[in-house]
Amino acid sequence: MPQIPMAAEPILAIKNMSITFTSPDEADVEAVRQVDLTLTAGKTLALVGESGCGKSVTARAILRLLDKSALLPSGEILFNHGQGTVDIARLKPDSLAMRSIRGAEISMIFQEPMTSLSPVHTIGDQIDEVIVLHEGVSPKKARERTVHLLDQVGISGARERANAYPFELSGGLRQRAMIAMALACTPKLLIADEPTTALDVTTQAQILDLLRQLQDDFGMAMLFITHDLGVVAEIADEVAVMYLGDVVEQGDVYEVFRSPQHPYTQALMNSVPHLRRKADRQRLSPIKGTVPSPKDRPAGCAFTSRCPYVFEPCAGTRPAPTEVGAGHLARCHLLARTKMEALA
Amino acid sequence: MVGFIVRRFIAMLLTLLAVSIVAFAIIQLPPGDFLTSYIAQLASTGDQVDPRVIENLRAQYGLGEPFYVQYWKWITGVVQGNFGHSFEWKRPVWELIWGRIGNSILLEGLAVIVMWFVALPIGIYAAVRKYSLGDYLSTILGFIGLAVPNFLFALILMYLAYTWFGTTLGGLFSPEFEMARWSLPRVWDFLSHAWAPVLVLATAGTAELIRILRANLLDEMKKPYVVTARAKGLPEWKVILKYPVRLALNPLISTIGWLLPALVSGSVIVSVVMNLPTAGPMLLRSLTTQDMYLAGAIILLLSVLTVIGTLISDILLALIDPRIRYGAR
Repeated sequence: MPQIPMAAEPILAIKNMSITFTSPDEADVEAVRQVDLTLTAGKTLALVGESGCGKSVTARAILRLLDKSALLPSGEILFNHGQGTVDIARLKPDSLAMRSIRGAEISMIFQEPMTSLSPVHTIGDQIDEVIVLHEGVSPKKARERTVHLLDQVGISGARERANAYPFELSGGLRQRAMIAMALACTPKLLIADEPTTALDVTTQAQILDLLRQLQDDFGMAMLFITHDLGVVAEIADEVAVMYLGDVVEQGDVYEVFRSPQHPYTQALMNSVPHLRRKADRQRLSPIKGTVPSPKDRPAGCAFTSRCPYVFEPCAGTRPAPTEVGAGHLARCHLLARTKMEALA
Repeated sequence: MVGFIVRRFIAMLLTLLAVSIVAFAIIQLPPGDFLTSYIAQLASTGDQVDPRVIENLRAQYGLGEPFYVQYWKWITGVVQGNFGHSFEWKRPVWELIWGRIGNSILLEGLAVIVMWFVALPIGIYAAVRKYSLGDYLSTILGFIGLAVPNFLFALILMYLAYTWFGTTLGGLFSPEFEMARWSLPRVWDFLSHAWAPVLVLATAGTAELIRILRANLLDEMKKPYVVTARAKGLPEWKVILKYPVRLALNPLISTIGWLLPALVSGSVIVSVVMNLPTAGPMLLRSLTTQDMYLAGAIILLLSVLTVIGTLISDILLALIDPRIRYGAR
């Protein structure tokens, strides 16, 4: 089993973060309950989960891009920018300190490359802007960098394409342009929010290859958000599985895929189709029930209402993380009990 | 881009041709013509007209001839810059209207500029600070501006100006400048008269612009490219002005074309109330007296304004939105 080198300083450490959405005429909704994540240079952490489980919200919280109605009542987002650490959770979203991190130290690529780029500005303009903003170079120098970047992300005829508008490019090219924009100031951390979901499968594979190769070149840490386990296997070093605002299991990607410990992770793995001969095919086993709204989430483990192994403590008590392997954690009472019994 | 403008220009000429036919037909629709109402008017005062004089006039203006002959006479004249003779004023139409149309365009143009300058910042503020005190205030004022008819606002303004400051608002020039050439004192005189009608004409439009801009901007601010711009680290005001505002303006710019004629025809009552020498009241009068060449000329010029306005907004749109510029290829 490959050991994660402990010597590497984490770039970003999220500790015990929760996110609450307030509304003037409804009770507060806790979208994310308790997230601990650590990101290291050169490594990719994949955050997996169904739609609405809080993975995008978690990612946006790192850049403080959430609406005013979102609060971070507890936890820390410790970002190591080289000259010490800063707690992003305590910065004001529109403060200079936060803005100088955005796009320069931590940048983000989004799911919809069409709507995430401004339709009325050329992609060159949109990339130049970040470089001029953070590095204060002349627009002409910035354009040189832009062309080089577009070249690096595999856009042929970069100089002409820089003058193209997003609607003149294909989905794959747009996403490449988006990646070039995110990497313009060589960030320490790249957050990729489902960057391949809107693309077709061949383009998806190209973009994943590109991201992996750029990670080798730039050495940045990457937080990769997806709901696609195939993509996780393709790109991630570590994986964190989220369900309804909780990270239920996290660890090395091989470890988690080989022996998933949390009932939710196990159920997820069973719902992935495999290529088989017709005679050997089995029906997929979907997870029974539907995801409850965060308002109806049990006080204990969020998976209680759908878990096949549910027993007494599940509904009432939040399970603490149990270490089930080196750096492999899962939050499940079942595991805690087995471990207790093993020790007893 | 040049091809785009040329194509639009040709389309514009064809539209104008069609409009001129329709306008001429509509003016001809009421039974009788200027001579019948002229004779009726003379008869009511006891005068007798020599039938031969009438016949001569009828022949001179081609009034008895079929529609297409009359139209052809008129339109060939118009193309050569001869808009015909006003029956009522006994003067060439062009002489009568050019000053008035000029006044109209000047006044409405100023109103449009005031409208945009007031509406843009307020609309942006109302959208960015949604549901704030300022937003509610602008909404209330906006709806009052929309709901109060312009002529009523004009009357109120005139009343207040008279009771508080003892000045009469009305007209565009003091008597001594009425016929004078343009000079610095005349410009000043014009401005000291024009502020009131401009204010009146701009209110309703401003309110509408604020509402539309606020709604557009709220829609645009939800789009993902705004988040992208924020994620770049741009300050909030720059994010708003460079991205969503730019896109929220598109629908507004496409309506500039309708703004010009709407202001001219919508300002008739205000012009009557405030005694403004603009084209609106003259159009109204010429239509009631069946002074067809005068009415035709004004209607034609109004449609020219519409079409030019549309051309301007097309060009502006193509300039600010590449999707239109390249889509029209």
